[in-house]
Order: sequence, then C-alpha cells, then structure tokens
Amino acid sequence: MNDAFDIRGESHIEVHKFRAGAIIIATLLALVIQSSFPIHFAKAAVLDLPLLVTIYFGLSRRNPSTGLLLGMVIGLLQDSLSGPTVPLGLYGIAKTIIGYLDSSIGARLDTEHPAARFALTFAFFITHQGLIVITRRILLAQPEPWFNMHLIVAALVNALVAVFLFLLLDRLRKN
Amino acid sequence: MVAIPSRHKSLVLLAGVVVLQIFMLAVQIKRDSQGRLIRVWTVGAVSPFERAGSNGFGWVRDTWRHYFALQNTTRENEQIRRENDALKLQLSQLQGKAAEADRLAALLNFRRSHAQVPMIPARVIGVSMGTASRTIQLDRGERDGIRKDMGVITPDGVVGKVVETYPNEAQVLLLTDKDSGVGAMLADSRIQSPVGGQGEPLLVMKYVPNDDTVNLGERVITNGMDRIFPRDLPVGTVAEIKSGNPFKQIRIKPAANLERLEEVLVLQSMRPLETKTEESPADAKPPAPNAATPPPAVRR
Repeated sequence: MNDAFDIRGESHIEVHKFRAGAIIIATLLALVIQSSFPIHFAKAAVLDLPLLVTIYFGLSRRNPSTGLLLGMVIGLLQDSLSGPTVPLGLYGIAKTIIGYLDSSIGARLDTEHPAARFALTFAFFITHQGLIVITRRILLAQPEPWFNMHLIVAALVNALVAVFLFLLLDRLRKN
Repeated sequence: MVAIPSRHKSLVLLAGVVVLQIFMLAVQIKRDSQGRLIRVWTVGAVSPFERAGSNGFGWVRDTWRHYFALQNTTRENEQIRRENDALKLQLSQLQGKAAEADRLAALLNFRRSHAQVPMIPARVIGVSMGTASRTIQLDRGERDGIRKDMGVITPDGVVGKVVETYPNEAQVLLLTDKDSGVGAMLADSRIQSPVGGQGEPLLVMKYVPNDDTVNLGERVITNGMDRIFPRDLPVGTVAEIKSGNPFKQIRIKPAANLERLEEVLVLQSMRPLETKTEESPADAKPPAPNAATPPPAVRR
C-alpha cells in the first residue's frame, strides 16, 4: 500500500509515500486510543480517530482505490469492536465512501494547508454521520435523527483535532 | 467481456465494496447473525493493546491531575524544585493507586456484604468505537465464567448487561444504549415500567400513565422481571417529568456513573441482593415464573 502510483492527469499534485508499516500502526493506534481514552476522559468520546486516520491517508495517498479499501478495513474493524448492536458494515460502508471521496478530492486539490484540512474534515465528518444515519434508517429501519447541534459541535472538534493530528502524521511521510 | 475504462475502475470498486457490505448487513439481519467469527478475531487481536492503552491513559490522567496541576506552586531553588517535583510525581502515583484502592475496596465491601450472590469483579478496558452504540469492554470473559445476558453493576447501581463474550473479554451494553432496557419500578409508588436508554446520558421510563403520580427525585429500582437483574438494585432517580400522550415522559438519572466506569461487578445469578431499605413484606413480589435461576423470597 505504500508504493508510489500515477494519477491520471493530476501529476502536478504530489503523492505522498509513508514509512513502512506507518498506515497499519497509525490505524491500530487510532482504534486503541478511541477505545481506551474515553474511559479516563469521558469528553474524548466525541472524537472519531479512525475517521480522521481514514481522511488523512486518503488525502495524502490520493488514490481512490486504496482510499476506499483502507476506509473499508478501518470501518469494519470499528464495527467489530463496537459490540453486537452495531452490525458489520455500518461504519464500513460510511468509511468506504469517505475513503473514496477524500482520496478523489485529494487528487484534485491541494489539501496541505491547515485551513483546507479543517474545512474538509468538517465536511467529511458531517457526510460520514449522514451516511450512518442513511444506513440506519433505510437499510436497518432504525429511527435516527438527521441532525442535532451535537453533530456540529462534534464536527468542529474533530476538524480542529485533525489539523494538529495531520501535522503529526505528516512526520510519518518519506521525504 | 466489457472493458472498464481505467478512470472508472475505482468507481466500480467502490460500488462493488459497498454492495458487498450491504449484502453483509442484509445477511446479518435476515439470519440474526452478528459476524461472531470476525468479531472474535478482531477483539482478540486488539484487546491486548486496549489493556495497555487503558492502563497508560490512567497513569497519564493521574499524573496530569496531581502533578501538572500543582506544578505552579513550586518557587524554590532548582535543587529543591527537582526534589519537590520528584516527590509530587511519586505522590501523584500513590494518590492514583490510593484512589484505585478505594474503588476496589468499595467493590470488595459490596461483594463481601453480598457474599451469597456470586459476582465477578472486572476492569473496564475499552469503550464503544463511536456513537452508534454505548458499550464497554471488560478484561474478563468466558474463561472467568462470564456468560451472555449476565447483569453488570457497580455498588452505586445497574450498569448494563453482557451482550457478547470472548475467551478473555466481554462486551457490556450500557443502560444508556438505545437498544438497552431493564425491568424497573418506582421505589415509593411501586409503579412498574421498563427503563431504557436513548443514546444520551439520561434514561427514559416508558410506560407510566399520565394519571399516576411520580415525584422528582424518586428512586427507581429493578423489579426483577427481566430475568437479568435481581430486585431492588438502584437504577437511578427521576430527573425530569413531562406529560405525554398517552404516557408520561420520565427521564432518569442513572445511579451508576456510566460515563466513567473503571471497575464493575458481573452478577452470576439472579439471587436478590440484600438491601438496607425498609419495606413491608406485603410489597415483596414473587419471582418471575420462568426465571433462569429463580430468586428466593427477598430478604429484608
């Protein structure tokens, strides 16, 4: 997954490669922190670190195929660890689509600026929650509100955290 | 065979992967299967890291609370400051351990005072991944005797029930989850109604008619009808009452602090726990007729 590849017609946008094992370790760390951190810091439950990792590697790798596959793997892992009330595929579908969308956008725009990262993470967080609501309402026939203020606050918090987290993850890139 | 233009390949892959997962969802719903094998593998692979992460974050939290918060108080010379910092760090670790010892002592006392009821103490090593569910993960599993549908409590009150077990871990559905519920009643008026979660910090009591009188602050306890929890365990207190149609909208503040659970007790039987509240014998209701482990009469 760490090999370079060509992007059709967008060769002026830099494709970033990462150190060996960086994506796997970052993904595992995101899942462990997502699971352990809120035990001691309850407010941290508002973060969706697996989503932020999906967005980051999608934007950096800029390959829709690897982006959607990484999103699917992270989403299914999240489903597996969420207990039997969350069916396998709920986060999987949402993160697959997010992985595809953000790597497609990453291939067309410069997404290195913190403001762009903030705005994109905000938009992807809302889209991700929207996809979960659609899956729950249409495929699982479960009542779920479309919108609440908590969603906006959570999106803002995640976007802010993403700016700093992405700077940290930038250090995993090969120069 | 129709050739797919290379620029559409990722789109085709996306469609394929999404359809595959929709199919997987459909299979789970239709067959009521929950992909247990995948979950067992994933939990088995990730839980050792979760244990380490949980311990690590606990240490960081204790250090943060007791060390950094006090750091500005040191205005001594460098040598004394260093010694002071080292002592404070040591103190913070001891305070963390003392707090943990207090919690464990409370659990132990609770367990001793209900020695006739078999319980398994367990530590929380993980919480649910995201907002779609409210679960916690315990460091004890099938090998320790934990089984599906066992009740989980703290000395403060009901926490939830075990929904999945693995060899060394178990997942507990918290009372606050949308799919959660417990057979309950109001302690004073003895009105019975299930209490469930809404995915929010407060619980909801569902079927209390508008004509019935309910008071703010009234205690809500288990009624033993769900065959998971014995009678008279604290569920919470009435925090909000509104008229509804046809039932009142009653919101309950959970008795146990479900936002911050570190150690819990898993109930291995339905035997009732002795409670200190005084009640007339006439109020004691008979056990559920088809209870898994029929509870004897409530001792008071």
